[in-house]
Amino acid sequence: MSGPSQPSQFTGAVGWIDRRLPVFSYLEKEYRQFPAPRNFNYFWNFGAIATVMLVVMMATGIVLAMQYTPHVDMAFNSVERIMRDVNNGWLLRYLHMNGASMFFIAVYIHIFRGLWYGSYKQPRELLWILGVVLLVLMMATAFMGYVLPWGQMSFWGAKVITNLFSAIPLVGDSITTWLWGGFTVDNPTLNRFFSLHYLLPFVIFGVVILHVIALHVVGSNNPLGIDPKSPRDTVPFHPYYTAKDSFGIVVFLIVYAAFVFFAPNFMGHPDNYIPADPLLTPAHIVPEWYFLPFYAILRSVDFDIWFIDAKLGGVLAMFGALVVLALAPWLDRSPVRSCRFRPVYRWFLVLLVIDLIALGYVGANAPDDEILSGLGITWLDLGHIAMPWYFIHFLVVMPLVGKFERPLPLPLSIRDAVLPTRGGAPMTTAAPSKQA
Amino acid sequence: MKRITLAAVAAALALAAGPAMAAEEGQQASGHGVEIAAQDWSWDGIFGGFDQQQLQRGYYVYEQVCASCHSLELVAFRNLHDLGFNDEQVQAIASNWTVPDLDQETGQAITRPALPADRFPSPFPNPIAARFANNGALPPDLSVIAKARADGADYLYALLTGYVDAPQGVDVPVGKYYNAAFPGHIISMPPPLSDGRVEYIDGTPATVDQLARDVSAFLMWAAEPALVERKELGVKVILFLIVLAGITYAVKRKVWSDVEH
Repeated sequence: MSGPSQPSQFTGAVGWIDRRLPVFSYLEKEYRQFPAPRNFNYFWNFGAIATVMLVVMMATGIVLAMQYTPHVDMAFNSVERIMRDVNNGWLLRYLHMNGASMFFIAVYIHIFRGLWYGSYKQPRELLWILGVVLLVLMMATAFMGYVLPWGQMSFWGAKVITNLFSAIPLVGDSITTWLWGGFTVDNPTLNRFFSLHYLLPFVIFGVVILHVIALHVVGSNNPLGIDPKSPRDTVPFHPYYTAKDSFGIVVFLIVYAAFVFFAPNFMGHPDNYIPADPLLTPAHIVPEWYFLPFYAILRSVDFDIWFIDAKLGGVLAMFGALVVLALAPWLDRSPVRSCRFRPVYRWFLVLLVIDLIALGYVGANAPDDEILSGLGITWLDLGHIAMPWYFIHFLVVMPLVGKFERPLPLPLSIRDAVLPTRGGAPMTTAAPSKQA
Repeated sequence: MKRITLAAVAAALALAAGPAMAAEEGQQASGHGVEIAAQDWSWDGIFGGFDQQQLQRGYYVYEQVCASCHSLELVAFRNLHDLGFNDEQVQAIASNWTVPDLDQETGQAITRPALPADRFPSPFPNPIAARFANNGALPPDLSVIAKARADGADYLYALLTGYVDAPQGVDVPVGKYYNAAFPGHIISMPPPLSDGRVEYIDGTPATVDQLARDVSAFLMWAAEPALVERKELGVKVILFLIVLAGITYAVKRKVWSDVEH
């Protein structure tokens, strides 16, 4: 401790504050000087984009909550009142509704970026786990938010998901009753979901801060997956990446705006414009699109595994899918991070993406419907292949490919790789010893 | 590499936006196995809006046909200004309807002519009465029906024009009807429209096709009254964002111009 007044590079009022609460020093160090590898591609925009979406969701959500009524008899009509009678209420509501989907799009691309370039590997394991925690928190928040308009899918989605907890042996039914606040999904359930839906974004915000702190300790990964070795491998975060992120954010907002203004219900389900009716089950209960792969994993376990019955097995598989994702840093045995230098694993990762898209379709369709009529192959059959493959990827492919794959030679440094010879002549006089 | 990545991201975003732009007001694909033909609507496209004349005709169809069984709870008479009716016309329309109220002196339940501030009254006092009067079927509220059915207004039009003779071998129970567009095809609603069922003030021939088209448009408006405002704002927002994207890209290029990357 060096006394009450820390020295500061700032003067005047800013310096006075900074010597007592070093927020300006912090911003200077973490968002201006923070050395970022000079070779980010546009995949590195999606962290900033996801942060923007979180802020948009919180801002629109707080205003929507001023008009929304969490009561089973009034929730549906209060949302419609927002759409019809509140000034620009339709805009707020459509921003929030489509914002959830756009948030997930940003986060899924962000996760894919992490997987492709090996951002989860040592020393970023905790950073990665905090990311998976954020994903789980987002899923919980999105699920509870979808219940609030109290349409048919809200109600029946809530019923299906909360019922999952009844699969827990011995105490399952008691836990479900406790979650509901009654003996079925009813007014207490809606009330607590509203309360938690308002709370969780602030928890997410807190974990985002931890995620960013962890990032700033170890520094960013980059498309080459090799560590910066000298200041010549990096650029200051500002203005280089603030400028690049700004452009990426605006492009993302164009897509977001296209949905909000020209196809606001495209990613929703028509049944959620039917008020909830506990006595009338919809023909197909489907969750929002971003849950479909996980929903497919849940439903594809329709067989008993030894003493675990199918229902519990499905629930364990669904949560297990997130657990194996969190364990990726230890499951992947390859010392090389970036798929750019992993000629075998990169194709398995492409296959994983295809597998998840297939699972999405499995989740969206009725299990017993045929994929192509006449072929006799149902969506459930596809699920029986795609669901195990997800786990095989993490539990078998990741360790084994990491062990046996021969990675391509890595460049000596980031600067080496980004300053190739052009027209046969080195670009700079400070030519690296070995041309990439 | 940079360019390729940029192109890939742009392509991915375009792929994401493409179906959305094509889907327009439509909801997710239907999924009940009946192909619903897409119709031409005045609100199609980025600049599409409502045709007020059509909405007015559609309103008369609702008033004279649908309203005898279907409520429109979320729509108020004042909202009819959107259809191009002026204050007097809205007041005149409202006064044709009777709404329940309380006598402010005695507290007795009374009915009175509706005011523009009132919402459309329901034809039945409660769902039980509605079922009792309709052979056990509950006529749904129509306020958001155009958003509550896959394929939206296309579906409503297909349903209203979909009363055809049942194919050979399909048994239609007594009091039910066969409809080509309805999921399962057996519907409780009797064919509501017939040629000349409503007499249009503007002289438009009131064929079943025309009546179905107009009332489907009216119900699209009822479900999405802010549609025109939304699209007009959307064009401005997207133009603004495109300009902003150009500026931020130029800034990014300038900032990075002294760095090889």
